[in-house]
Amino acid sequence: MNTPESNENWTMYIRPQREWFDLRLGELWHARELILLFVWRDFVSVYKQTILGPLWYLIQPLLTTITFTVIFGRIASLPTDHLPDFLFYMAGTVVWSYFAQSLTNISATFVGNASLFGKVYFPRLSVPISILISSLIAFAIQLVLFLGFLAYFMLTGTPIHPNLPALSLLPLLLIIMGGLGLGAGIIVSALTTRYRDLRYLVTFGTQLFMYATPVVYPLSSVSGKFRLLILANPLTSIVETFRYGFLGAGTFNLWNLLYSFVFMLIVLLVGVLLFNRVEATFMDTV
Amino acid sequence: MTTAISIQNVSKYYRLGMIGGGTLAGDLNRWWARVRGKPDPLLKVGESDLGNQEGEFIWALRDVSFDVQQGEAMGIIGRNGAGKSTLLKILSRVTAPTGGVVKAKGRVASLLEVGTGFHPELTGRENTYLNGAIMGMSRAEVRRKFDEIVDFSGVEQFIDTPVKRYSSGMYVRLAFAVAAHLEPEILIVDEVLSVGDAAFQKKSLGKMGDVARGGRTVLFVSHNMPAINRLCTRAVLLDAGKLIEDGPAPQITASYLAEAQDSSGQRTWSLENAPGTNEVRLLGVNLEKSDGQPAFTVDVSDRLTVRIRYYVGTLGIQFRCAAQFYTQGVLAFASIEPVEQVREECGEYDSVVVIPPHLLAEGEYTVGVSIFSSAGAKQHYVRLRDALMFQVYDSMTSPSARGDYAQTIGGVVRPLLEWKIMKTHPERHEG
Repeated sequence: MNTPESNENWTMYIRPQREWFDLRLGELWHARELILLFVWRDFVSVYKQTILGPLWYLIQPLLTTITFTVIFGRIASLPTDHLPDFLFYMAGTVVWSYFAQSLTNISATFVGNASLFGKVYFPRLSVPISILISSLIAFAIQLVLFLGFLAYFMLTGTPIHPNLPALSLLPLLLIIMGGLGLGAGIIVSALTTRYRDLRYLVTFGTQLFMYATPVVYPLSSVSGKFRLLILANPLTSIVETFRYGFLGAGTFNLWNLLYSFVFMLIVLLVGVLLFNRVEATFMDTV
Repeated sequence: MTTAISIQNVSKYYRLGMIGGGTLAGDLNRWWARVRGKPDPLLKVGESDLGNQEGEFIWALRDVSFDVQQGEAMGIIGRNGAGKSTLLKILSRVTAPTGGVVKAKGRVASLLEVGTGFHPELTGRENTYLNGAIMGMSRAEVRRKFDEIVDFSGVEQFIDTPVKRYSSGMYVRLAFAVAAHLEPEILIVDEVLSVGDAAFQKKSLGKMGDVARGGRTVLFVSHNMPAINRLCTRAVLLDAGKLIEDGPAPQITASYLAEAQDSSGQRTWSLENAPGTNEVRLLGVNLEKSDGQPAFTVDVSDRLTVRIRYYVGTLGIQFRCAAQFYTQGVLAFASIEPVEQVREECGEYDSVVVIPPHLLAEGEYTVGVSIFSSAGAKQHYVRLRDALMFQVYDSMTSPSARGDYAQTIGGVVRPLLEWKIMKTHPERHEG
């Protein structure tokens, strides 16, 4: 019981409430192998459990694009900035599903991993980050599919002129979108530990939110006060810039992008702080 | 000697009824009180112990302090609900304490439950790497120890088979093997010994002994007092969230067993917090001696009546009750109602079974109770692994299976059997 000498060199402290900014990012860096293993686990388990395996990554955007083309393009005849309907919708779908997938999957972090979190400690943020990386991989696969169709359309003589300066912003677009998905996802996941209904809200809300983002219509077709509303959505500039880069049509405005970037930083910061706060006692509430 | 873990005034309270989530209004109320620097309005004044199920909070741990020296094997004992598991959860950082601080030196790994994070679709090999990483091992570390792990687990042949095809025994063996090869500076073990067959349990205990002798610190929670005595040098006894005693393991286990004597041999629940489902709820479990007195300690030559009282809330459901008797970490035997009867009316029922004298061996038994139906889809209404504890002793005042033998007789049962002695080769010596 008596410890006269050793008051120094403790390597671990467990305290009731952590400081808001004690984020333990060093621990997260040490867990990088774990993050990659989670990514790999998610990929392999999807691959092993289904007959079509990784083909699902292609079927999903393809079917969505076809549906959109038929409903919004043919039946509703929404404008598409004079682009081929198919390419227009596919560009929107691919980039949107990257966001939607990360958001919905990350929202389930705490609830979906309750049994694991309840038994062993590892930096909790490694789970949402691994989900984000998985979504990014899925996005890359779908991007290749999209590029294939783009090449086909261009080779068969459709006049499409990709915009290289906008295209070079692709990494930035992915960072902003990923950051938004991650930030919003962990905010929801942190709150769902207490208020369960948020989880259903997020699945449903993401679907509805797509209509507040120019995925199935171009920004150019919106005018008046609705345009301002749509522009306030930080995802708008991402989808528009993405399309502008690859297809050469749409709205491209650096100020809008900057707005999205700042928005993302705030959401991400709030998310990480909240997550960090909840992580310590989350097991008592599940 | 240096201190490996220092636990200082650690407390923890839990909110009751958290399942299903809190309300926004309650949270805002609490938050507003905190902003104004007032105490939590929902934490009742003077509310303290586990016994009080009325309040919104219970204290699972209260001002627990002790130090563990480097290389020491420390046992943590106490009755169910004493706060042992909460303490381990705090030490393994699964949950944060409400008050106090814990300091530690070196990597802490816990075997709170083995097999954590195993993915059924992945093979044994893949899961070994994944599980290792979850517990904090690097890939290089797992690779280096891989052969040793597989060897220890004894599942070599199936290492490239998805673990969903494993038997539960294989699953547990592999999981334990990964955990046992972690080589942390501080190892936390909770009751893993109740898994696997006897041979594997022996191996696991051996491995833990190695860890302790290898100069690393071990914290061990178990109901298995002989194992605590064998493995641990020191022990602490917890009761109702408080530290009761701290000292050499044999002394602490002895006082735990002595203190447990005053248990009443009966346990009851009010309908609101009775275990079970809306169809059937368990209201109580009683142990009675042949004179009708509640039994905590029973003589080997006495008969023991187990009375399971339950409430049936749905008309016309059929089910049966069962009782399991665990001792020394194994299931000694289980007994079930022979037929699934339909309970025609709602209300309270008793199911009673009598354990004849001269069946159980001396020792400590835990009674598990389950109420289930296996007609059609199997359904468990009640499943309680440790409803009650009792001790069987041999007063040696009445004739028993012991005969005139005075020393320890092993085993989990000690039936009174008849022995015969016959002379078969009368001429042998002359021959």
